[in-house]
Amino acid sequence: MNEPVLQIKDLQIDFSTYAGTVNAVRGVSYDVFKGETLAIVGESGSGKSVTNQAIMKLLPQPPAIYSGGEILFDGKNLLKQSEKQMEKIRGNDISMIFQDPMTSLNPTMKVGRQITEVMLKHQKISRSDAKKRALELMQMVGIPMPEKRLNQYPHEFSGGMRQRVVIAIALAADPKLLIADEPTTALDVTIQAQILDVMKDIQKNSQTSIIFITHDLGVVANVADRVAVMYAGEIVEIGTVDDIFYNPQHPYTWGLLGSMPDLNEEKGQKLRTIEGSPPDLTDPPKGDAFAPRNPHAMKIDYEQNPPMFKVNDHHFAKTWRLHPDAPETEIPDIIKNRYMQYSGGVKE
Amino acid sequence: MLTYSPVTFEKGALQMIKYIGQRLIYIIIALFIIITATFFLMRLAPGNPFASERAVPPAIQESLNEKYGLDNPWYVQYGEYLLNTVQGDFGTSMKYRYRETNEMIAEGFPISMTLGLEAMFIAVGMGVLIGTIAALFHNKWPDYAMSIVAVIGISVPSFVMASVLQYYLALQVGWFPIAGWNGFIYSILPAVALASTPMAFIAKLTRSSMLEETNSEYVKMAKAKGISKWVVTFKHALRNALLPVVTYLAPLTAGIITGSFVIEEIFAIPGMGKYFVTSITNRDYTVIMGTTVFYSIILLLAVLIVDILYSFIDPRIKLRGGKSSGK
Repeated sequence: MNEPVLQIKDLQIDFSTYAGTVNAVRGVSYDVFKGETLAIVGESGSGKSVTNQAIMKLLPQPPAIYSGGEILFDGKNLLKQSEKQMEKIRGNDISMIFQDPMTSLNPTMKVGRQITEVMLKHQKISRSDAKKRALELMQMVGIPMPEKRLNQYPHEFSGGMRQRVVIAIALAADPKLLIADEPTTALDVTIQAQILDVMKDIQKNSQTSIIFITHDLGVVANVADRVAVMYAGEIVEIGTVDDIFYNPQHPYTWGLLGSMPDLNEEKGQKLRTIEGSPPDLTDPPKGDAFAPRNPHAMKIDYEQNPPMFKVNDHHFAKTWRLHPDAPETEIPDIIKNRYMQYSGGVKE
Repeated sequence: MLTYSPVTFEKGALQMIKYIGQRLIYIIIALFIIITATFFLMRLAPGNPFASERAVPPAIQESLNEKYGLDNPWYVQYGEYLLNTVQGDFGTSMKYRYRETNEMIAEGFPISMTLGLEAMFIAVGMGVLIGTIAALFHNKWPDYAMSIVAVIGISVPSFVMASVLQYYLALQVGWFPIAGWNGFIYSILPAVALASTPMAFIAKLTRSSMLEETNSEYVKMAKAKGISKWVVTFKHALRNALLPVVTYLAPLTAGIITGSFVIEEIFAIPGMGKYFVTSITNRDYTVIMGTTVFYSIILLLAVLIVDILYSFIDPRIKLRGGKSSGK
C-alpha cells in the first residue's frame, strides 16, 4: 500500500461525567491509506464515533478530554491544532457525513446555500461559480433537477435525497479524507444501496480515503477494503475484508460474524447473539475487556490486557489465543462453513 | 434560471390572500364575541355613569337616561350599539361632556403606540441579544450574569421598576426627566420600565432554545464544514432559535398594552391607558366599549401579523386558506 493519509497513534479519550471518568477510547491506533475505505465496526458505545469525531475535533470539551496519543494528518498532529487552524481543515481536507440526514441539514436554509457555503469558506471562488459547482455536485450524487432543487429547503427532500445533499456538501471542497458516520443507518434498505453506490463511484473518481463507521457487516462487505473491529474503546482486530470475514481471529469478531443472519440457514433457526453486555468504562477491566463474554476465555484473559498479535502483514488481532503458548482454539464452525460457502466449497 | 416559475409564485400569493381573507373573517367573529361579552359584563356591573355622591333628583336621572338611550330595553340598546360600532361610531363620552370616544382614541393612541413600539423594540432586541450571549457562554460567568438580570426582570413588577428608575436615573442622577411627555428623552424611562419583564422573558426563551439549537446535528454539521463558531451561531442557529420568540410576540403585544396602563399613570403620559382605566371606574359605557373594541382589533391584528411573519421565518410552515391541501 501507499503512504497513509491519516495516522492515529495510541489515542485516548476520556469523558468526565458525574458518575466518574469514562475511558471511552483506550489506546486506539490505525492508519488510513490514500484511496482506501476503512470500515470501523463495533456495537454501540464501543468508541467508534468518538474516535472519528476526535479527528475533526468536534467533541465538546468539556466533557471530552484528549488525554493521550496523536492524530497525524498531513504531518500535523491535529490534537495540537488551534480552533482557527482546525476550521481550515474541517470541510476542506477532512469532511464528514452524518448519520441522520433528517436532522443534519439546517431546516431554514436553502439547500443550495448549504452546499455553496463550504466552497465560499475554503476556496477563492465567486458566488456564481460556487453555484455552478453545486449544480455539478448535485448531479454527481444523483439529485434530479438540480436547478430547481437548489432553491428548495430540506423539508422538501426525502431522506435519501437529503443524504445525497449531505454527501454533496462533504465533497464540495474535494477533501482528502471523508468520514462517514453510519451514513446509511437511518435509511431504508433500497435507499441504502443507492447511497453506497454513490459513495463507491465518488471514491473511484476522486481517490478520496473514506473512514466508514457502521455496525452493519453487510455494508462492510460491500464497501470496505479494510476493517477495524472495535470493542470497549479498543481496536481488537484489524485486517483486510477477506482477513476479517474468512479468517477472523478474535472471539469478539467471531461473535459479530456469528450473529449475522444467513440466507442458507434452516428455517426456525434462532438468531444468535453475544451473551452479556459491554463493560462499564468508568472502571475498565484489568485484562481483556471481552473476557467475561468470551466462551473461550482463558485465565490470563482476566489478568492481562493482550497486545496486538500479528497474523500476517495486514492482519492483527488483540487476543491471547494468538500467543505461541496458548492452547489451540478452533474457529467456530459457522464461520468456517461460511468461508466454504462463499469460496465455492460445498456445505455439509 | 434559478428562480421559481411564475406559476408557483402566483399560486403562493393566491394562497396568502386566501389565508388572510379567511383570518379576517375569524377576526370579525372574534370581535363580535368580544363586543357582546363586554356589553353584557358592563351592564351586569353595579352602578351607572351618572351615579354620584350627591343624590341626583330622579327627574334629572331619567332625562339623562333618556338622552343616552339607557331607558330602552337591553336588546334595543344592544342592537343600536352593534349598529353604531359597525359604522365606527363609538358615541360621546358619558362622563366628559362633548368628548367623542373616537376623538379620545385618536388623541391618546399615537402616544401609547410610540411608547409600546419603543418598549417592544427594547424587549425583543435586548432580550434576543442577552439570551444569545448567555447561550454562547453556557455555564460561564456571562451566562450567570444574564441569568441574574433575567430573574430580576421577571420578578420585579413594572411599576416597581418604574419607581426605581425614576428615583435613581431621574431624581438622583438627573439623566432623564421624571415624568411627562415632551419628546424622545421622556419616553426612555417608561419604555425601559415597560420592557423589563418581557425582555427578561425573551432572554430566557432565546437562551434555552439557542442551547437546544447549538446541540443539534445541523450545527455540528456546520462546524464540520469549517464554519466558525460565531458564523454558525448567527447564520445557522439563531434563525431557528427565534421561532419560539416569534410565537411569543403576540402575547407580548398584549402584555405591553396592559402594562402601559400602569406605566402611563406613573409617568403621567397622556396616552390611551388612562382613558381605558378611568372609563371603567366611571362606568363610562361608551368609552369602555370604544377602547375595548379598539384594543381588541390591535391585538387580533398583531396575532395575524405574527402568524404571517412565522411563515416567512420558517419555510416549513405554509399558510393555507380553506381546506385545500397539497402543494
